[in-house]
Amino acid sequence: MSVLDDLANKAGDDDTVCGVPARLVAAPATTEEAAALIAETRDLAVVIRGSGTTLHHGPPPRDLDLIIDTRRLAGVVEHAAGDLITVVRAGTPMAELHCLPGQQLALDAPPSATAGGTVAANTSGPRRLRYGTARDLLIGITVVRPDGRITRAGGKVVKNVAGYDLGKLYTGSQGTLGLITECVFRLHPVPPATSFVRAIAPATRAADVLAGQFAASALEINAAPGADPEIAVLLEGTEAGVRDRAAALAGLLDGEVTDEAPPWWNTPPWPDGGLGLKLTCVLSAVPALVTAAVDAGLTVRGSAGTGVLHAGGPVRPASADEAARLVGLLRAAATTAGGHAVVLTAPDSVRDRLDMWGPVPGLELMRRVKEQFDPDHRFAPGRFVGGI
Amino acid sequence: MTGIDAIAARLRAELASDQVITDRQQLRTYECDGLAHYKVVPALVVLPRTAAQVAAVVRACAEAKVPFVARGSGTGLSGGALPHAEGVLIVTSQLREILSISPADERAVVQPGVINLQVTQAATGYGYYYAPDPSSQQICSIGGNVAENSGGAHCLKYGFTTNHVTGLQVVTPDGDLVRLGGAAPDTPGYDLLGAFVGSEGTLGVATEVTVRLTRLPETVRTLLAAFRSTDQAGAATSAIIAAGVVPAAIEMMDALSIEAAEAAVHCGYPAGAGAVLIVELDGPAAEVEAQFDEVSRLCDENGAFETRVAADDTERQLIWRGRKSAFAAVGRISPDYIVQDGVIPRTALPEVLRRISAVAAEHGVRVANVFHAGDGNLHPLVLFDDAVPGEAGRAETVSGAIIDLCIEYGGSITGEHGVGVDKARYMPRMFSDDDLDTMQLVRCAFDPGGIANPGKVFPTPRLCGERPGRRQGAHPLHETDVAEVF
Repeated sequence: MSVLDDLANKAGDDDTVCGVPARLVAAPATTEEAAALIAETRDLAVVIRGSGTTLHHGPPPRDLDLIIDTRRLAGVVEHAAGDLITVVRAGTPMAELHCLPGQQLALDAPPSATAGGTVAANTSGPRRLRYGTARDLLIGITVVRPDGRITRAGGKVVKNVAGYDLGKLYTGSQGTLGLITECVFRLHPVPPATSFVRAIAPATRAADVLAGQFAASALEINAAPGADPEIAVLLEGTEAGVRDRAAALAGLLDGEVTDEAPPWWNTPPWPDGGLGLKLTCVLSAVPALVTAAVDAGLTVRGSAGTGVLHAGGPVRPASADEAARLVGLLRAAATTAGGHAVVLTAPDSVRDRLDMWGPVPGLELMRRVKEQFDPDHRFAPGRFVGGI
Repeated sequence: MTGIDAIAARLRAELASDQVITDRQQLRTYECDGLAHYKVVPALVVLPRTAAQVAAVVRACAEAKVPFVARGSGTGLSGGALPHAEGVLIVTSQLREILSISPADERAVVQPGVINLQVTQAATGYGYYYAPDPSSQQICSIGGNVAENSGGAHCLKYGFTTNHVTGLQVVTPDGDLVRLGGAAPDTPGYDLLGAFVGSEGTLGVATEVTVRLTRLPETVRTLLAAFRSTDQAGAATSAIIAAGVVPAAIEMMDALSIEAAEAAVHCGYPAGAGAVLIVELDGPAAEVEAQFDEVSRLCDENGAFETRVAADDTERQLIWRGRKSAFAAVGRISPDYIVQDGVIPRTALPEVLRRISAVAAEHGVRVANVFHAGDGNLHPLVLFDDAVPGEAGRAETVSGAIIDLCIEYGGSITGEHGVGVDKARYMPRMFSDDDLDTMQLVRCAFDPGGIANPGKVFPTPRLCGERPGRRQGAHPLHETDVAEVF
């Protein structure tokens, strides 16, 4: 009996990707099983699915036969506390990694998101200001290539320059280069004290926070048409240190010190099925980009400390034309601000009309990389930049 | 006219005469980098002054199927910038402009020949600095740092070059100018920037580098703790990490390296120390004070018999002087030495050190140990006298055994010096054939002709454009005599 017969089930009604139905779903439990499955299904178009947190992001696949579900590939393989690293299978929920004994994987992804999905989608949140993103925290990776070969890059030590840093290439590659089955992450100690400082203040004040000596772990803004703009800062450290810094920062921003994050913290500013964009820019251009998004009628929030914002509308665009106009407007504003605008999600009715990824530099090299890894274009075809 | 002669003639027409070197004596100046026992005289040296000139040189190489090697300041310790005898050496030292410093964006844009320390010097006035600080930072170039993904003493907290470079302009091995990443984070598409940094010149030449500037910390506290043994110092390091403290740096030196540093720079470390730890904490004053007390206590509890705290910048420099001079200082106690660079999980430190000393004793070779204890990056200095027959060979054996230990304990064959020409043969011990083949897929995407720094990093390159198992007859590269150079 073949691995495919053994593992795959007929797809159900919910087994779709951006409205495209799959024929089969398979959930391998080990790297070896996944490799056998992938080697045996060379004529099938594949989309990888973790817990589905970001499955609705990006353009729909051009073809889809098989969904490879990673949730059986779960569990922490190793937590070497003294070395501040952990080895986890790709389907492990982030909730397990947010609270390892005394330590944490400091990546703000939804608790239900899988580790592999978080890496593949390059999900990040407020604390990226202090801890960086998946590319900074991933130190080793196991990937099953589209030809079924099991390959590893990096290792189990943080400092390591042996060979190409392929972990970074796989990070954010949206499942187009192969199946991530195992990740090694760098961990951080759980800080003894945390505190938030919240203020009603425009995004322009974020620069004052960065110029000070507050060592903020996160610096977030929230702005929406007709509402007061807000700034919220997360401080982490020792009890005394956090107390002093929080008091000084509250004074600077005329804000308040609280134990709780604001309700909008690390949440997308769009409803399910709505239009959601990721906007990036240089730090000095954050206020201008925020203004452009708010003027366009969108709510915008995110990391003013790193220049990564999310924007979305409480109201769904009335038409595809309206959505395309909004995206064009924000893309122009982000480009002026030195960054990019990527449409993460959009109503199914307007998706076809949108260039979700927009123009990217180095596209020709990216196509060549894809050609090398997946010459038959069977992994998430059409889901990535430039139709990759 | 050979390929090289044609390239030289073409470049002479496009560049100034002092930018194209063919004189044998002058070429010899470039025969090695910081790993001086590998020497190859390049066929041609070019010193471009603009990115467009770099592109023109590479395009000429690509058209003539001639290999090229990029070189910055030539301080690399793995032979990554070792020239190719039939190739062009592209020296980036004339590309030395700092193009912009933008504190408001926390970015600087520099040309690849800019010296690492110059970036920090240019940013300090604004309250910022460039965090990666390799020991050679007074002379090493940013372009070289990008190629090698250089680290430094403070990467325990701040990371490596790859965490501080947000954008590059590169010349691909086809001779095209391409932008990877940018000033803003998270550029959409594959993170080719991440793949390029640390690729040791095998994917192209960086011609412009956008780096992140880091806010200067409010406070820096530096402590020197002396222990009777490396075991005690290792235990103190473990205790500090276990307490949830992430210092900016934790550096360790053993008795032999202390002796060398003492002889060279009179750093005045406590007499009778079997090991010293240098611990540096930085950040907001209130945080640093609290953590500093804890670190001092943990050192005491783990057997520190003397602890010194730098009262000011001068005392801080003095503490660091012994550490930063350690490599060169070893020359005072040994005519010749090998600088090794390997990584182990930090918790394996005491065990690995015991095994290193056992191997050294077995071969009658002395090993001085200097390391970034916080992240398990070892720099054993294997001492020998080349004038004594057999000693160099025994030193090589010990040096290789240390790398085997790093692999055995799940570490890495290099933490910051790179693979280069020196360690390519160790790559198959750390990675499987499939792992190396996957790296070659990236190589083939960037450099199908295999002309960018061939012979480095990989022991045996994939022949691009062919699927494994379907190879037939002679490869075109063999026929054109290019493949032999790999």
